[in-house]
Amino acid sequence: MVVTTHRPLPKVLSDIQQEMEQHALDYGLDFFKTIFEVLDYEELSMFAAYGGFPVRYPHWRFGAQYDELMKGYSYGLQKIYEMVINTDPCYAYLLSCNDITDQKLVIAHVYGHCDFFKNNAWFSHTNRKMLDQMANHATRVNQHIDTFGYETVEMFIDTCLSLESLIDPYLPHIRRTKKSESRADAKKRSDAEGDNAGGRFPAKVYMDRYINPEDILEEEADQKRIKAQEMADQLKFPKERLRDVLHFLIQYAPLEDWQRDVLSIIRDEAYYFAPQGQTKIMNEGWASFWHSTIMTKHGLTDQGLINYADHHSGTMATSPNRLNPYKLGIELLKDIEERWNKGQFGPEYENCTDMFEKEHWDKDTGLGREKIFEVRRIHNDITFIDTFLTPEFCYKNQMFSFGFNDSNKTYEIQSREFQQIKQQLLSSLSNHGRPAIYVQDGNYKNRGELYLEHDYLGVELKLDYAQDTLVNLHNIWKRPVNIETVIDDRPTILSYDGKNHSTNSKEKK
Amino acid sequence: MVRRIDRDQQRFDKIIKGKVRQQLRKYINHGEMIGRKGRETVSIPVPNIEIPHFQHGEKGSGGVGQGDGEVGEAIGRGKSDGDGQGQAGNDRGQHIREVELSLEELADMLGEALELPRIEPKGDDQLTSEKDRYTSIRPTGPDSLRHFKRTYKRALRRMMATDNYDPKDPVIVPAKDDERYRSWKTVSEPHTNAAVIYMMDVSGSMTDVQKEIVRTESFWIDTWLKRQYNGIERRYIVHDAVAHEVDEDTFYRIRESGGTRISSAYRAADQIIKRDFPPSMWNIYCFQFSDGDNWGEDNSECIESLKQNIIPICNLFCYGQVRSPYGSGDFIKELRKVEEEFENLILSEIEDKEGIYGSIKTFLGTGK
Repeated sequence: MVVTTHRPLPKVLSDIQQEMEQHALDYGLDFFKTIFEVLDYEELSMFAAYGGFPVRYPHWRFGAQYDELMKGYSYGLQKIYEMVINTDPCYAYLLSCNDITDQKLVIAHVYGHCDFFKNNAWFSHTNRKMLDQMANHATRVNQHIDTFGYETVEMFIDTCLSLESLIDPYLPHIRRTKKSESRADAKKRSDAEGDNAGGRFPAKVYMDRYINPEDILEEEADQKRIKAQEMADQLKFPKERLRDVLHFLIQYAPLEDWQRDVLSIIRDEAYYFAPQGQTKIMNEGWASFWHSTIMTKHGLTDQGLINYADHHSGTMATSPNRLNPYKLGIELLKDIEERWNKGQFGPEYENCTDMFEKEHWDKDTGLGREKIFEVRRIHNDITFIDTFLTPEFCYKNQMFSFGFNDSNKTYEIQSREFQQIKQQLLSSLSNHGRPAIYVQDGNYKNRGELYLEHDYLGVELKLDYAQDTLVNLHNIWKRPVNIETVIDDRPTILSYDGKNHSTNSKEKK
Repeated sequence: MVRRIDRDQQRFDKIIKGKVRQQLRKYINHGEMIGRKGRETVSIPVPNIEIPHFQHGEKGSGGVGQGDGEVGEAIGRGKSDGDGQGQAGNDRGQHIREVELSLEELADMLGEALELPRIEPKGDDQLTSEKDRYTSIRPTGPDSLRHFKRTYKRALRRMMATDNYDPKDPVIVPAKDDERYRSWKTVSEPHTNAAVIYMMDVSGSMTDVQKEIVRTESFWIDTWLKRQYNGIERRYIVHDAVAHEVDEDTFYRIRESGGTRISSAYRAADQIIKRDFPPSMWNIYCFQFSDGDNWGEDNSECIESLKQNIIPICNLFCYGQVRSPYGSGDFIKELRKVEEEFENLILSEIEDKEGIYGSIKTFLGTGK
């Protein structure tokens, strides 16, 4: 089996690579060793279909993705120029038929990504040896296939993939709960403590006052009540609602060992890819910032100018109904650099009411470069937009928010007001555009049913998909499954009991 | 060596072809669902298969964009009534993916779905035809067959090896030894060819709907017969009161009006067979489609012509009567009277598009 397509870079390219690498280092970019490989489009599509990894477990969806990429390319609709994967060392794939200016641009762009992968806080918990990890996953899945048959495993993978988005993207960064003791341990502990605490000692009536003092008895009764409450809490399961639905299922769903293994593979991989979704705007913006800086300051030759301009403007193209993360990212970074260079920040600037003065504000602070390096270290898309989007920026970039008009089924421009644009942008970025879903109860109605809760923030679930997903969830949980959401402004519970779907509005408490 | 991705892609292919197989009946009855038709392949749009997630719907959704435009201006439509396919209702918003199928695969699926028997060709498979194929190269031959590229390459190689090549003056002079010529092999092919003659009534009472049915049905018949024979020849006849031989394109598009004389078509078919397809060498198939509204006096002449000239030399003579808005004619009743006499005369009534499936089965189910 061909694992690597590795072949040494041709001299022309390795010269360019060294040149670009030096420029990147001179600007203070900091990256893992980066290994470039040149691929033809078929190979590049293959890598892209596999998410950048040469060895993945077998699954038709990779084939579907590949098919789509190859067709899109052969019809001239789309083209991938490069791929970078977040590992140490960093692997980057270049398309062999790229023109030399394109290669320069792309290599500079890649160094931007590599620096971001290494330094951005949201990537700090990703496995940098994911190449090996993915290959191990493939081996494990293949073993299961050998034992249980291709179709059985494939069907189960389909089921797991349907739920792959149900993870807690912040989990690697926070410890949400104390390391919880298992229920068995808790029971053992309470058994050991026994129920002998509290209660009266036998005593003659005249001695009772001394042997069983009133205040102590009261205290003990209190403790007993607290303990009973604790016991009740233990019955509630999970104790507090959980974002990491997959983990909950791995722990508690009645799965066979191989199934549990497959599910945890899917979960691992979902966590690996999560930061890339959380930092799309920043990551692409940062890489574009550096390719444009390096190319325009150093890399461009006279004959490459038109090609560069064409490629760069193609990447930055905007359209009314889709936000281009490259464009937004690079513009916002440039804006930050300029503001911090001119000192347009802090209370003095914020409180200035003279528009003219504000516009021509220049304290020559020169902190811009330093600031954007800090931004790339600590922010993700949401905090990035939340902190740095300004009304002036929205105006300058002709931004607007749009919404779906249910009455005529079209998307319409809703507002050009800063607050609304920002609100809309943030909400469409939260959980990178996916609904946030929690496990509320694993023993719903005391019948072992699963009860999930959708945090409704104004956008409804796609109903048919939700029902299909419930079917898959039921395949894993094996007992009826429910999800609470909002349909037509009414809290509603969607349920699936293994045979039938039902939709009930939730009774008011 | 099989790459992983090829294996995954094949698996995916199998899955979507399975979709086509499951829904073949729908595709058979609605010919317009067949997309682009190439020489060897067809592409069939199938709803994309997706893994469902909990995801946001359209209601309440929105985003941020960049560009000109007033507040309230529409910037794009919702997906639900996007991509055609006319079937409203609770079908999910469809992403369409095209499946590329070779005609052979399609024919096999058809055969499987309709349980069609393989056709036993008439017993002259001894007959072979010889063909010259230019597939090899040799060092001698006539100048007209000289292989320029090979000759040039050899000459170039020789000159470079002997150091006679000057890049500044790149003149290549081939020597006798450099010359290469194309050469042929004679291959013999078993000759089990079939001739198919399609006849269609284009009189005023046949509307576009009827023609669509004819078109769809003949596409499937073609596909099946092509799979069964090495090569098929097709001839098309349209008729109202007089018959014309036309090409395929015209056959499907023509719009005429006027009365109906089916016998004229039979005469034309007879002529074509006599001219092009000696029955001893060809498996001949005739498919006739009409609304059956023949001119009364013509019927006897038709039957006579069929009995004498056509049916005896055909593998199959199929008559499909499509129901037209002007009511169905009674030509099929005339044919029913003689149906008993000939086992290769097949009759079928096609009520509407849904009838195509059954009709194909009737026609091709005989295995002739």
